[in-house]
Amino acid sequence: MTAATSDARAQSTTIGRPLRPTAATALGVLAVVLGVISIFALTIGAAGIPLNRLGAALGITAGDATNALLARDHLVLWSIRIPRIAAAAAVGGLLATAGALMQGLFRNPLADPSLVGVASGGAFAAVATIVLIDSRFGEGLRFMQTELLPLGAFAGSLATTLVLYGIASRSGKTSVSLFLLAGLAIAAIANAGIGLLVFVADDRQLRDITFWLLGSLSGATWSKVTAALPVLLIGVAVALAIARGLDMMILGESEAFHGGVNVERLKRITIVLISAMTGAAVSICGVVSFVGIIVPHLLRLMIGPGHRLLLPASMLLGAALVVVADTLARTIVAPAEMPIGILTAAIGAPFFLVILLRQRTLIGP
Amino acid sequence: MNPDKPSSPHRRGFLCAAATFTALLLAGSSTRAAGIVVRDARGIDVAIADPSRIVAIGGAITEILHDLGLDDRIVGVDTTSTFPASVLRDKPNVGYMRQLSPEGVLGLHPSLILAMQGAGPRETMDVLEAAKVPMVLVPETFSEQGILDKIAIVGHTLGLDARAACLTRKVGDDLEQLRKLRAAIAKPVRVMFVMSLLNGRAMTAGKNTAANEIIRLAGAVNAIDQYDGYKPINDEAIVAAQPDVVLSIERGKDTLQANAIYAHPAFAMTAVARNKTFIAMDGLYLLGFGPRTASAARDLAIRLYPNLAAATPAASTHFDCDK
Repeated sequence: MTAATSDARAQSTTIGRPLRPTAATALGVLAVVLGVISIFALTIGAAGIPLNRLGAALGITAGDATNALLARDHLVLWSIRIPRIAAAAAVGGLLATAGALMQGLFRNPLADPSLVGVASGGAFAAVATIVLIDSRFGEGLRFMQTELLPLGAFAGSLATTLVLYGIASRSGKTSVSLFLLAGLAIAAIANAGIGLLVFVADDRQLRDITFWLLGSLSGATWSKVTAALPVLLIGVAVALAIARGLDMMILGESEAFHGGVNVERLKRITIVLISAMTGAAVSICGVVSFVGIIVPHLLRLMIGPGHRLLLPASMLLGAALVVVADTLARTIVAPAEMPIGILTAAIGAPFFLVILLRQRTLIGP
Repeated sequence: MNPDKPSSPHRRGFLCAAATFTALLLAGSSTRAAGIVVRDARGIDVAIADPSRIVAIGGAITEILHDLGLDDRIVGVDTTSTFPASVLRDKPNVGYMRQLSPEGVLGLHPSLILAMQGAGPRETMDVLEAAKVPMVLVPETFSEQGILDKIAIVGHTLGLDARAACLTRKVGDDLEQLRKLRAAIAKPVRVMFVMSLLNGRAMTAGKNTAANEIIRLAGAVNAIDQYDGYKPINDEAIVAAQPDVVLSIERGKDTLQANAIYAHPAFAMTAVARNKTFIAMDGLYLLGFGPRTASAARDLAIRLYPNLAAATPAASTHFDCDK
């Protein structure tokens, strides 16, 4: 991950700029980091599986098959801890990639799915299901109450994006600045709606809402992971296909158009990607702020702004950051849980500041 | 804040004696002034002039007023007051006890506000205080003595110390019966109180909660003793805590809540899913810490230890102390 990787080509063309690793080195290092962090995350947890039993509990090394403790450890690992680590990695990848896409689309380093109301719309829908499921409006839906919340969150994110897109599009053209401004307004409306629901909620619902809004990966199951994984993989694949177009967009919309990019189609694809990826993440773990803004920024400082490398690198680093944050979330106050949103900000923000301070001469006045 | 720690089961009759003593003390002090003066949970001496139009905020307070035969004096209740339903059907509702609006309360022209400690928000309480309507905040303590104290302070506020003493005696008897029942339990079961299960996340009760205390009163052990209050719990910690039973509050008529618990990956590894031991009870009955709490704890105890059912008489759910 260091910028000091030797690369003759970069050295010769970027005098006075930080040395940048090649794409293969950067992605390789990030993948190794994610792997090491995930293995570390596997070894700790509230159920306290000692290291000498871990191999057998995983089913890798041979163990006494009749041992009841081992059977329990095996279950804890395979149906609680591993799906949760996988979900954390998926959520981190989704949020960081969506953030990178959004910043590329808006040519604005501050753009973030939570800023333009996509996450807020999802959160509003989730909070609405928490409150209304107990009222008489919710009676008809109670048969699917366990599935309702993630579905609601996903649908809320998508619906918000569609509304935003409708506002920002006129005669086949989408105004990016209108999208951003309308997004701020939609976020404010969604937050007002959340406030109203908080007002009518009872004690138990209030606690649920508070913890939902702070985000948590508790309750992650294989079914949630398998639902999110295709969104992540297809999302990143499509994102890679439009990476060149996003690079051209940095120069400006008309420049990109003259460079041969179908700008309107690019915008549509990017918006759909952002909302699907954010919606999938919000439906698993609630609102986890800061990942989408911090990870792409860090990476731009380290590996440059080219989207073909930035997007997959964001996925890997985002996954690593959320796995670290979630490992802390589930262990530092065990047997209780710390909301993960607190930790992503607490870990990410100081790290981000340090990088900014070290490189502020490079960013310019 | 809470000097009334649950007393040990060996001190039989202590609670009854203490309750009678409290009632007598309060009765003695009231004769000094012309009207009734009550020292409430804030430590403020409240003078009661006319206890004829009462707004009752808190399910336990409403139940106590009912047991004292004062249904007619209640001009408004809050949403946590759900028992007895037949009496409360026609009473105006001022909203949830922590989200009160001052106009809603004052619009009922109460001459007395009886509110549970913890009623809010603070701004509303400030307005109600400034409005000069006598307001008594009843202390909320999740203990046997706490229930008796609530009855005594409500009774004294209304100048009905004798009726209150009758009620505390009956409730004290029930709690005494419950103590005998607990003494017969050889091996306490481990109960986990799950407040909610949201998208697979369980929120469970730790120490210093009404749930913790009702579990203790029912002769069981709270499976979680490492934290205070209601918090989201780690899935692995659910497995490590080894609960025998999951207790929750009823929501609607469906049984989906039980199935959601049995299907949850962590609960699926515990005796809860193996033995299908999910129990749901009415929220106010279970956690209200009012006159029916002994009965709720007994109901819970009998569901936890079915063989105790024959051995013990039922606790009273209706108290006839309105004369």
